[in-house]
Amino acid sequence: MSILIDEKTKVIVQGITGRDGSFHAKQMKQYGTNVVAGISPGKGGQEIDGIPVYNSMQQAVKETSANTSIIFVPAKFATDAIYESADSGIKLIVTISEGIPIIDMIKITEYLERKNIHIIGPNSPGLISPGKSKVGILPAQIFKKGKIGLISRSGTLTYEIVDHITKSGLGESTCIGIGGDPIIGMNFIDCLKLFEKDQETEAVALIGEIGGNAEELTADFVKQNITKPVVGFIVGKTAPPGKRMGHAGAIISGGSGTASEKIAALEEAGISVANQPSEVATLLKSKL
Amino acid sequence: MKIHEYQAKKIFSKYNIPTPTEILCYTPQEVKQATLKFNENVIIKAQVQVGGRGKAGGVKLAKNPDEAEQFGTQILGMNIKGLTVEKVLVSEAIDIKSEYYVGITNDRNSKSIVFMVSSAGGIDIEEVAKTTPEKIYKLYVNPFDGGLFDFQARNLAFKIFDDIKIVRQVAKIIQNLYRCYIENDASLAEINPLVLDKKGNVLALDAKINFDDNALYRHPDIEKMREILPDEEKEMEAKSKGLSYIRLNGNIGCMVNGAGLAMATMDLVKLYGGEPANFLDIGGSSNPQKVIDAMNILLSDKNVKAVMINIFGGITRCDDVAKGLVEALNTLKVDIPIVIRLTGTNEEAAHNILKESKLILATSMAEAAQTAINLTKN
Repeated sequence: MSILIDEKTKVIVQGITGRDGSFHAKQMKQYGTNVVAGISPGKGGQEIDGIPVYNSMQQAVKETSANTSIIFVPAKFATDAIYESADSGIKLIVTISEGIPIIDMIKITEYLERKNIHIIGPNSPGLISPGKSKVGILPAQIFKKGKIGLISRSGTLTYEIVDHITKSGLGESTCIGIGGDPIIGMNFIDCLKLFEKDQETEAVALIGEIGGNAEELTADFVKQNITKPVVGFIVGKTAPPGKRMGHAGAIISGGSGTASEKIAALEEAGISVANQPSEVATLLKSKL
Repeated sequence: MKIHEYQAKKIFSKYNIPTPTEILCYTPQEVKQATLKFNENVIIKAQVQVGGRGKAGGVKLAKNPDEAEQFGTQILGMNIKGLTVEKVLVSEAIDIKSEYYVGITNDRNSKSIVFMVSSAGGIDIEEVAKTTPEKIYKLYVNPFDGGLFDFQARNLAFKIFDDIKIVRQVAKIIQNLYRCYIENDASLAEINPLVLDKKGNVLALDAKINFDDNALYRHPDIEKMREILPDEEKEMEAKSKGLSYIRLNGNIGCMVNGAGLAMATMDLVKLYGGEPANFLDIGGSSNPQKVIDAMNILLSDKNVKAVMINIFGGITRCDDVAKGLVEALNTLKVDIPIVIRLTGTNEEAAHNILKESKLILATSMAEAAQTAINLTKN
C-alpha cells in the first residue's frame, strides 16, 4: 500500500501544452505514472508524447475514467482549472501552480470539502509513491520504495531530506508536498491520518516551517491519535519577523509562528526534532 | 503589501466607513494651514507603515495652529523604528466616549475569513489575544456562501454594544468592512480603535489594510499605492528579477534553490556558529542570468565575507547548472571565497566542471556551511 496514489491512479494533466506541463507530463509518464490525458482548451485532438489532449476536463474524464488531476496552469487561470476539475468527477487534485489568491483558495477548499474531493497544494511539488506513481515535479531518482511516510511544506528541502532517507536504506512509502501557501488543501493532520492506517508506512517525517500554527496543532494530534513513530524538522529559526520567506505562508506575524514555538510543541508531544536535514534520516532509523 | 493609514482611510470612505475629517500634510507650514481650517483642537499623526508610532511620539494633540506647526516640525523627519516620517495626517479631534476593536483576516486553520471584535480597543490587539483572549469575539465566515449575512454583522455588533441605534451603525460598518476586504483581496483590514463619540456617532479613528500579494495582479489601483521602504529596495529589485531576497545582518551570503532549503541553509550556518547575511531563493531554473543577478545582489551587501551556494539539482541536470554557474561567475569580479554544494542528476560531471573553477567544492550542506564559516574567520 501507499497513500493517495498508486499504480491504479489515472492522471490528467491540466495545462499540458505549457512549458512545465509538457515537460512534467513526460517525466511522470517515464516514471510509470498512468498519465491518461492532458487538457488545453482549443488544442483538443492533439497528442503530447503520446498523451491525448482534450478541450475540457468533463470530456477527458468521460473518455478515460481518470480519478486524479495535476494543475500546471498559471496562477491567474488556476482557480478556474480547479473548479473545472472538481466538476468533472475527479477525486484528487494536485495543484503545482504558485500564486493563487488567498480568498480564491478559501472558497475553493470549502467547495471541494462539500464535494468530498481532496486537493493538495497549491504551491506544491506534488506527491510520489515510489515504484508506483508520481503526480508532481519531484525528482524521481532520489526516491526508493520503503517504509517512511513524509509530509512537507517545502520542495527542494524535501528532496534534500529524502536523499538522506533513501541513502540510509529506509526508502519511502509516499512523500507529499502539501504546499507553501497560507491556505492549502490537505494538511499535516489529513495526511497523518492516512499514514497511520497505511500498512506499508512504519514511521512518518514532518517537515514544517515558520508561519501559522499547523505544526502545533499537528503535535497535539500526534500525541492523541498517532501510534507510529513521528520525526520532525522545522526551518526558519533565523528568519526575521514580518518578512515573507519566499513561500507566501512562511512568515512570522504578530510574534507567532516562530520555529522555536513549533519545535517546543513537537517535542512536548514526544516527537523527536532534527537539528539539520541529514539528521531526519538518523532519527527515523533510531525509531525503527 | 502594506499601505499607510491615510490611504486605507481613502478606501474606507469609498465603502462608506465613517472616518474623521483629515488633511494629509508634508511640511510644518501645511500642518499649520490645515489646523486653521479646523478651527479647533487637532491630532497630528505620523504616517509610517509600522505599529507603535504613538509610543514613539508620532501622535500629538495640538490646541492651536502654532502648536500644530511646532509638532509638525517635531514629527516630520522623525525616525520611528528605522523609518523616516515624511507625511502627517492632521485630523479633527474627536470627543471619544469609548474605544473598540474590529478586524478581519484570513484564518489558516479553519480555511475561512475571521472577524474579531472587542471592547478592548485602542491598544495592542495581539497583546489582548495573548493575555485575555476571552475579550475577543470571533466569527468565521466563508465567502463561498455569499458573504456575511446582516444578522451575523448585527450579532457581532451586539457583542460590544447594547443600544440598537449604535448596533445598527456598527453592523453597517462591519458589512462595509467585509465588502472592502473581499473586493480588494485584503489579508488584513483593521479598525483600531473604532470609537463612539459623545454625540453617539461611531467612526474609524485609525485604519489598517494589508493586501494579498498573490491577488495584486487584479488590483492595479492598489499596486499603484505601493511605497517601497528603504530596507525593501533590494527585495523589490530581486523580485523584479524572479528572485526572492531578504537581507539580514550576518556575513555569509547564501544562494539556494527553493525557499525551504534556503531557510534550512541559513539555519545550518547559524547552527555551526556563523551568521547568515541573507535569504536568497533563486527558484527552480539554472538560467545563468539568474545566477549573475543573484550574485550581484549578494555582493551589494558589503558585510558579506563568503558565499555559500547550495543547489539541490532535482530534475535539472547538475552539469547544466555547473556550466551556468561558471559562466556567470566569469562575468563577475568576485574577490571573496565562494563555497558550492551541488547535488542531483549528473553530479560527477558537474564536479569535474567546477574543479576547473575558483569555486570551493563541498559534498554536503554541513561541509559547505562549515567551510564558509571558517573562511570568514581567516
